[in-house]
Amino acid sequence: MKQLLVFIRKEFYHVFRDRRTLLIMFGIPIAQILLFGFALTSDVKNAEIIIADHAQDINTGQITAKIKASTYFLVKEANINTNDIEAAFKKGGLKCVVIFPSRFGADLLHNGKAQVQIIADGSDPNTAKTLTNYLTAIITDYQLQISAATALPYSIVPETRMLYNENANGSLNFVPGVLALVLMIVCTALTSVAVVREKESGTMEILLVSPFKPVMVLIAKAIPFLALSIAIFTLILLLSVYVLDVPIKGSISLLYIESILFIITCLSLGLLISNTTNSQQTALLLSMMGMMMPTLIFTGFMFPLENMPRIFQVISNIVPARWYFLIVKAVMLKGLGFEYVWKETLVLAGMTAVLLAIALKNFKTRLS
Amino acid sequence: MKAVTLKNITKTYDKGKVLAVDDVTLQIDRGELFGLIGPDGAGKTSVFRILTTVLLADKGSASVDGFDVVKDYQSIRRRIGYMPGKFSLYQDLTVKENLGFFATLFGTTIEENYALIKDIYEQIEPFKNRRAGKLSGGMKQKLALCCALIHKPEVLFLDEPTTGVDAVSRREFWEMLKRLKQQGITILVSTPYMDEAVLCERIALMQNGKIMSVNTPQHIIATYPVPLYAVKSGNIYKLLNDLRKSELVESSFAFGEYLHVTLKNNDAAGAGNLRNHIAAQGHTNIEVSVMAPTIEDSFIRLTNKKQGSFAQA
Repeated sequence: MKQLLVFIRKEFYHVFRDRRTLLIMFGIPIAQILLFGFALTSDVKNAEIIIADHAQDINTGQITAKIKASTYFLVKEANINTNDIEAAFKKGGLKCVVIFPSRFGADLLHNGKAQVQIIADGSDPNTAKTLTNYLTAIITDYQLQISAATALPYSIVPETRMLYNENANGSLNFVPGVLALVLMIVCTALTSVAVVREKESGTMEILLVSPFKPVMVLIAKAIPFLALSIAIFTLILLLSVYVLDVPIKGSISLLYIESILFIITCLSLGLLISNTTNSQQTALLLSMMGMMMPTLIFTGFMFPLENMPRIFQVISNIVPARWYFLIVKAVMLKGLGFEYVWKETLVLAGMTAVLLAIALKNFKTRLS
Repeated sequence: MKAVTLKNITKTYDKGKVLAVDDVTLQIDRGELFGLIGPDGAGKTSVFRILTTVLLADKGSASVDGFDVVKDYQSIRRRIGYMPGKFSLYQDLTVKENLGFFATLFGTTIEENYALIKDIYEQIEPFKNRRAGKLSGGMKQKLALCCALIHKPEVLFLDEPTTGVDAVSRREFWEMLKRLKQQGITILVSTPYMDEAVLCERIALMQNGKIMSVNTPQHIIATYPVPLYAVKSGNIYKLLNDLRKSELVESSFAFGEYLHVTLKNNDAAGAGNLRNHIAAQGHTNIEVSVMAPTIEDSFIRLTNKKQGSFAQA
């Protein structure tokens, strides 16, 4: 027991004396959270648009005022010539043009029907779609407003609500994703590197020759990273709550227990990788490429799994991060209890057991 | 009971393609300072790894301190000290932390066996708070030796402990080994340096996975079968080429400023004939003298004999 404690202390020395590792461990989560939170957002804010109002009547004025009031747009009013629109798009910056024809108000009042043209820069389809949707919504809203007086015979008013995320905060989806990603990187990569480093420096030979049980080497290596991962997990939670305004709706202790389970999954993977490689580079490449890419793609926080071909959906089932992502989303964002995530937990626990068993069984008590 | 025995040990790598250890049989007595001498790639490290139970042999059996290296590997691991060739300690731990770690790992404390390492540790104690990575090569080796000794092993395995260490530190290191031997520890040490061979009690000369000769260094030198001449002239490079072509000469190798030469006919007139022969080829400042062979001469002779370039002497 004393041996194990001393071994663990030694591992902490390694971590704290290696600035690079420390930077990776605590830099990556902070960078990821800030990047995903502020830079890589799919929300559109302050998009530059031009409103060309050829009518200049009451109705166009009211619509323009409504559009201006929204934080999505940065409105410029100009009588842009139809021929110049393309040039303006090509120059960049401009995202969308709204054109009211000269008899807009008159048509609306007398014919009961008016047209407005919305031209968006389709080279960025996501933004274009979002902007046209926003604009259409504003115009529809205005239409309802003016027809209220005349009382349409039938009217359907969709009342939409974004449940669990009323403000459409984009951070909600990726916080669980980043959690999965960061824990994967830190636990898997750093654990495998820590074991392989002993092989590279020749100290593994001594450890093997010592009476210390070889399997205990793995445990001693894993425990510090387990502790550090829990610290990192806490850091990410704090960042998401206080910086990104993502609330924790469910039980924090359940969240911790599930996360510790996932951390153990990642540690087992790291140990498994370290068993099969002899150089730190290979170990790092394996864990980064072999683990990061599947985590990014198959977890479902960047690309919806439902849109993938069937085969990829099947493959995604063997990615541990996918199940963790589901659990975190359910517990953290929806506030659900264990009774709703026990299936995912069981899958994750099963994976952990298998990985850990293989890792321990494959750990060599000799060099080859 | 012998401290170490190897019986017909064979080890191959890459599924039998590379033969590292070829049918080696060897016995080492208790309390002996035994040297495994051979160039890089001779198979020394493989022998060490088999004996320290971190590698399994393909064929043959071996035991350390009476325990079988396969069956009783755990008992062996408690009884031996091992300093691997590329052992570099934990570079980011201090001297004291390294020593303390290995002491605990082997279930002891620095204080308990301090007497054993006192002589060595005192030399590095002024740097005990320095990180191991910042030590000089010689000091690193001393620290590594302390770490291998801290649990008072019965048998100590040192794989090329002096490689990459300066001459003064090497000499000091061998002094330390002699003192350890007096404490009754069996020491098996490997080295590619022939000059260190004479510092061992017995040596095994190893080449291409085979052991060519096992004996005391003195005996190996004494049984050098033919007279050996040290030869020198004004143009040493031309002399070497001339002698290698000469019909009188059996072998000729450059050693420092002299050539070590053996002749095909070993009669009393050998030296005179050789001098005349060299003079006839236009060399000046000729020196020819009979010399005492070194281990390296024996080693080269044994190696060449194996390869069949000598007539059986």
